[in-house]
Amino acid sequence: MPDLIFTHFNYAVVIVLMMVGLYTIFATQNLIKKLVGLSVFQTSVFLLYITISKVEGGQPPIIVKSYGGGDHASLTETVQVASAAPVGTHGGSYGPEVLYSNPLPHVLILTAIVVGVATLAIGLALVVRIREVYGTIEKDEIDKLDYRFNLEGTDG
Amino acid sequence: MDLLSFFPEWVLTHGAALLVVLPLLLGAALAVVPSENAAWAISLIVAILCSLIAFALCVQTFGGESLTYAMGGWDPPHGIAYVIDSLSAPVLFLISLMAVLCLLYALPSVRAEVEPKKRAPFYAAFLTCLAGLLGMVTTGDAFNVFVFLEVSSISTYVLVGMGASRDRRALNASFNYLILGSIGATFFVVGLGFLYMETGTLNMADMARILRDLDGGSRVAQVAFAFIIIGLGLKLAMFPLHVWLPGAYAHSPSFVTAFLASTATKAALYLLLRFTFTVYDFEFNYVNSSVMFLLVGFGIAGMVFASLQAIFQTDARRTLAFSSVAQVGYMLLGIGLGTAAGAAAGYLHLINHAVIKGALFICLGAMWYRFGITRIADFRGLSKTMPWTMGAFTISALSLIGVPFTAGFVSKYKLAAAVAGEGWWWAVGVIVVSSILAIIYMGNILKEAYFREPPIVNGEVVARNEAPLMMLIPMWALALASISIGLNSDVIVATANNAAELLFPLADALPGGIFQ
Repeated sequence: MPDLIFTHFNYAVVIVLMMVGLYTIFATQNLIKKLVGLSVFQTSVFLLYITISKVEGGQPPIIVKSYGGGDHASLTETVQVASAAPVGTHGGSYGPEVLYSNPLPHVLILTAIVVGVATLAIGLALVVRIREVYGTIEKDEIDKLDYRFNLEGTDG
Repeated sequence: MDLLSFFPEWVLTHGAALLVVLPLLLGAALAVVPSENAAWAISLIVAILCSLIAFALCVQTFGGESLTYAMGGWDPPHGIAYVIDSLSAPVLFLISLMAVLCLLYALPSVRAEVEPKKRAPFYAAFLTCLAGLLGMVTTGDAFNVFVFLEVSSISTYVLVGMGASRDRRALNASFNYLILGSIGATFFVVGLGFLYMETGTLNMADMARILRDLDGGSRVAQVAFAFIIIGLGLKLAMFPLHVWLPGAYAHSPSFVTAFLASTATKAALYLLLRFTFTVYDFEFNYVNSSVMFLLVGFGIAGMVFASLQAIFQTDARRTLAFSSVAQVGYMLLGIGLGTAAGAAAGYLHLINHAVIKGALFICLGAMWYRFGITRIADFRGLSKTMPWTMGAFTISALSLIGVPFTAGFVSKYKLAAAVAGEGWWWAVGVIVVSSILAIIYMGNILKEAYFREPPIVNGEVVARNEAPLMMLIPMWALALASISIGLNSDVIVATANNAAELLFPLADALPGGIFQ
């Protein structure tokens, strides 16, 4: 069991973050804290995507050899310094032996981050309006006010 | 086909992309348009264009043909593909047509319910929502589905929250919806991540092929399926995950309710069909058993319990909201059967329910517009004060119950036949019980309207005060559609059968209209 956790450490962190986020959403009555929980929950998914894109021993997925056949030897060198694995010959072409991390999930998660920010922004804007109208941001108090409104048709 | 010759060539080649790009771009532009009338007119034009395009695509795919549009010229599976086939095209047409009808009704309704300076941005949010819904249905790329799901959801939170100028509870409802909707979308995206781990692709057709090669895949694919079903279940208001729905429907502006009730859950249901039967395969053990137990179980529970809850509501909009949850149960039962006939019945009910609920919510909106009422107790004598509105309401209510010669009967009959065909007679019993419960909750409203006299205000009986023409047109269009589907269901049943045949290519030929 400890082995499993250490070899899949990222996944363990994802699960912990996800559960912390979900628990926060349901356990707290404070609307701001609910949004914090939601953000933690969404962040855990970002980490999941980044984790699955990692290829063991893979380099950053940057194409340094230009398409037009131009010489980018200096750039190539920087990458070689950055990576532990020896790569090709100096200024040579990148063959199939070069290992890249998968760039696609990174791109996907950029989109998901934007979505998360938009959701958070709308959520916070709603909380501001709720505070103006109800005078509280505690869920149970808001529900009580709504309940009374349902019964009597007034604020009571 | 002859109908196609009416449309210019570019509609047929670029229709799939235009459907999404048009409302998305103009939605962004509308955010800075100062005049509400201009914003309304632009939205209406966009919605009409979308429904014309969607109609052309419907006609084109009716024979079972499927169109693939490579976005930006990048070929699938690497680029994003938009796929139009006989399953998605009718849903596209439904969504854009409902948008047109709801927009007709929006002009007076939004003026009455939303603050002046928020009206133009309101239409911007609406067009963005429309773009998101259409995008969810057109796209053939799994991650693109998530993006459009969130585009439509986030604009929906805004639209629901706009109800605050009429009813402050809209804010609380919108916040609840935001929390639960985001959890649902995040579950969905976790599922997609696992699916990507398993298959290494995001193109839905490619995923389906690889999953079949792997014979259902490892546990990763199974976990992905669980996450996707729960995520979509939250979005489509599957019974125990429906708690956001009544609040969101009851307190948002009535235009938003009418549009959401007839489109938002339907787009999510379409995705459920797509993922269960196209991306995954019903032949996989885990898909088979979870669909059988989860969807049917929750569908049946929803049909009974949500209908019971509907009976005890004092607010008419909440009654109809709970009824929507119950109707989703019917569709889930049909889908969960796992037969072509069941899927066709579920799909048919999806279309019919959109028509019925759209009409009912437009009528309720008109009643609020004239008298400011939503409580059932205040509906006294509406048959005398708003006869035309109440007429459309009554037709749609009967259709919801499933009275013969209405749309509701056609789909309920098809569903019962499909269920009985599997030998599940107990489920036929549940359909009947749930319909009886529908008689009770709709009867409560009709009883007040027909058998009690109009109330006396300030010593005078409330006079007749019919809804404006802009509201009467869409509600009667939908009510008459309900009846015409009931009288001649051939086209719509054929559409549903085409969709089901796409999902179950090996199935036998399905029966046509019910009177044949």
